[in-house]
Amino acid sequence: MSFLREISPMVRSIHLPGQEVLMSRAARIRTELRQGIKKDFMELIDLSSSDIHSRGIKPISFLRQVMAACCYPSLLHSDRIPADARERARSLLTDSNGGSIGSYPPTGGMAKVRRSVSDFITRRDGGVPSIPEHIFLTTGSQQALTIFLKLLVSGEGPLRTGVLVPVPSYSTFSMALANQGGVMVPYYLCEEQGWALEMEELQRALQAARGHCNPMALYVINPGNPSGLVQSRKSIEEVIRFAAQERLFLLVDEVYQETIHGEDTEFVSYKRVLFEMGSPYSSTVELASFHSVSKGTFGEYGMRGGYVELVNLDPKVMEHALTFFNRDGSGTVMGQIALDILADPPQLGDPSYPLYSQEVQSIKNTLLSNVRRVHSVLNGVPGMSCQPIRGGLYAFVQLHLPQRVIEQAKEAGVEPDMMYCQRLLNEAGLCVVPGCECGQREGSYHIRFCIGVQEEIMEEVLQRLKSFHSHFMREFS
Amino acid sequence: MSENGAVPRRGKVLTLDTMNASVKKVEYAVRGPIVQRAVQIEKELKEGVKKPFDEVIKANIGDAHAMGQRPITFFRQVLALCTYPELLDDNTFPEDTKNRARRILQACGGNSIGAYSASQGIECIRQDVARYIERRDGGIPSDPDNIYLSTGASDGIVTILKLLVAGEGRTRTGVMISIPQYPLYSAALAELGAVQINYYLNEEKCWSLDISELKRAVEAARQHCNPRVLCIINPGNPTGQVQSRQCIEDVIRFAAKEGLFLMADEVYQDNVYAEGCQFHSFKKVLFEMGPEYSSTVELASFHSTSKCYMGECGFRGGYMEVINMDPDVKAQLTKLVSVRLCPPVPGQALMDLVVNPPQPGEPSYATFIKERTATLRALAEKAKMTEEILNTVPGISCNPVQGAMYSFPRISLPERAVQEAKAKGVAPDMFYCMKLLEETGICLVPGSGFGQKDGTFHFRMTILPSADKLKVLLNKVKEFHQRFTQQYS
Repeated sequence: MSFLREISPMVRSIHLPGQEVLMSRAARIRTELRQGIKKDFMELIDLSSSDIHSRGIKPISFLRQVMAACCYPSLLHSDRIPADARERARSLLTDSNGGSIGSYPPTGGMAKVRRSVSDFITRRDGGVPSIPEHIFLTTGSQQALTIFLKLLVSGEGPLRTGVLVPVPSYSTFSMALANQGGVMVPYYLCEEQGWALEMEELQRALQAARGHCNPMALYVINPGNPSGLVQSRKSIEEVIRFAAQERLFLLVDEVYQETIHGEDTEFVSYKRVLFEMGSPYSSTVELASFHSVSKGTFGEYGMRGGYVELVNLDPKVMEHALTFFNRDGSGTVMGQIALDILADPPQLGDPSYPLYSQEVQSIKNTLLSNVRRVHSVLNGVPGMSCQPIRGGLYAFVQLHLPQRVIEQAKEAGVEPDMMYCQRLLNEAGLCVVPGCECGQREGSYHIRFCIGVQEEIMEEVLQRLKSFHSHFMREFS
Repeated sequence: MSENGAVPRRGKVLTLDTMNASVKKVEYAVRGPIVQRAVQIEKELKEGVKKPFDEVIKANIGDAHAMGQRPITFFRQVLALCTYPELLDDNTFPEDTKNRARRILQACGGNSIGAYSASQGIECIRQDVARYIERRDGGIPSDPDNIYLSTGASDGIVTILKLLVAGEGRTRTGVMISIPQYPLYSAALAELGAVQINYYLNEEKCWSLDISELKRAVEAARQHCNPRVLCIINPGNPTGQVQSRQCIEDVIRFAAKEGLFLMADEVYQDNVYAEGCQFHSFKKVLFEMGPEYSSTVELASFHSTSKCYMGECGFRGGYMEVINMDPDVKAQLTKLVSVRLCPPVPGQALMDLVVNPPQPGEPSYATFIKERTATLRALAEKAKMTEEILNTVPGISCNPVQGAMYSFPRISLPERAVQEAKAKGVAPDMFYCMKLLEETGICLVPGSGFGQKDGTFHFRMTILPSADKLKVLLNKVKEFHQRFTQQYS
């Protein structure tokens, strides 16, 4: 037998999301359906992740045309690829070492893409300047976050680095934090106020943390995942003031900034607010903001592309950050191409503009329609409630579960919402994520599902959910 | 505190002092200060600053395409089809490229390479990798469940190290790495807080591995740590040696005896040039040694799309195969892998093509073979040229470049130069390489970045520039070395 039984306690302590159990069950159900085993549903619908492509939402044509021409430059002479896509591919190939996307991108990322991203940020932020050298292209936001955690997390016992993390959140970040040995300091978003971030709660969390860890950073997700909150400028200012006062490094996850639902809501970036607050905040508060091509209307998760913009960092710390970006690579060239398009899409007058804007708008319309249907249907279901979903790709719906459910779940040794999800999967063929996987206030229960799906399927999902829920509630009343 | 709110306190939250201390030890020579200076010089040249040379020749990094190597047409066609499937009805693409693309797309969510994939990698691709390994290793079975696709080989290597590093103080995991080594390893070990155990390759014997040296290293290490892992790069980086079958058997026996987990970095497995040299995979040799070894020795072997004849660094494709891993440990590995997100799907697709290239009779076969042969032949010729020219320089001695993509010649430096370097606080070979860069525009990496025997100096150069440029480079290095020796004697 192997001698290799001793594994680092840190590796052992990583807990896989309970979601894995649901996913295996979902896989078995799919197999059973294929084998012709009869169920109460014709097919399984999996809304557990925010992967819109796997649900039939199509990639953006312009992006894929540019990428294809970069892969196979003979296409630069093909009229299957529109002129502006060919032009963009040409400029990206010129920026690639040896004219090939097979070469390593330079440290920090391809120069042209960094410039595009920098310009994008400046435009988005109403002219607030952005420095390309402070932008690092990565294999997505998670990689960049992980590098930051490597820099941040240290210390032993009560001096161990703590990071304030919102509840609800998503498991990948909390696992990365645990993986690095950091201490998670939860702060609860206020569900009744549309998942708002409240200063008293941040203050409470911080006080509670002091003494058993050294809180160094505040992680915010805006637009919220899974909360759907889009912070107002005022709220962002409050958070920045708090971070300044309490000396916290701001880790700002803005990957859902492209998915804002409806005309009434506006996304404003932390960086913009910071700069517009002026001195002393604008020149002192340390901020790292993250974006990615995995979300939004692109949904190019498999391409692994993202960036981090660093604001007000100590230059010596930057050098060390650079070593990690150096060693771990600036990511894939395909991911950087996707970023270039994200930052610099076709403009009015470009040949691809009509199709591009139609495709993007169509996805946005679908999302808005789904958001409206979710509210309209589920807020009318007794025992369910859903806060306004202003941004992001998820609905995070509260379940008002009867006491009997909670007792039975306790006996079975599972969380009540996990039990709900297991039953939902088995009986209605819907795979969603229980709130216990995202974090929630004690005694509250939720489910999370992706709204990035075709409208007909959303309708089907809502009907199944409504039907299952009433049946379930009747059983336990 | 002021009345209307707090005034931010002075000083940054994140400084060198408050930062994670073990991060400070992480260095990466391949893209270190010398490369940064090279990039700066390139900028200066563009701005019209006069220099004794017209261009910077970057022979520091194993990036084949950057130095003009052409991609394999078949691979790029399939990738283009996967990326923009509307082209599947375009008759300029051969039929076999379309079949491959369709197969890959069917395995992707929503038929899109932008969709999530399982963390361990797309299942049918892992199956293809397993079949490739079986074919390569003469039929020895490979289980797709033991295959983990990764973001380049580096990702797999770091993951395994993370899995294996444990303990405290005297029981802290020790990891044996060859000196000279590829600095990814030392950087990863520094970051994980593992104990680095150096074993020296034998320069006089063409950089071969001496078991007696392995023994020496492990015994010395047992005094202060718990040696658990032995890393070997074959073909070697930076040294270019291709280990003989006998040597591989000896290493396996040694690992078995000392209870070491073997990590075999085989990313250069197609880059073998020298007469009489052949790539033997660790797994194949292990299994041919019979059940005493093949059912007990634990092994992880690594491959990538970045090297060989593909040179597709920018796609970050790779895989690892784990053999004889304790099931509990393997469960932990699977868990670790699922915590990180999936490897880039284009890279997975590319890996699939590498293990599943065109077959005789298929439309793309002829072109594929032609391109692959040309690339490998060019590398073999450049390997020979490098060895020959460098060996004509008094003060430079170069072992045969049997495989991989680099040469690691030994340079003798006059004592005065060594002293001047030390006075400047710079490693003598760094001093040499910096001067070389400033005077000739050639960017190499000093041997100190890879490790070397005390008192010896080397540099690593790639054999990737085109044959013409390489000749220019080698002659400039020759002239520089003679000048340098004279200047400091």
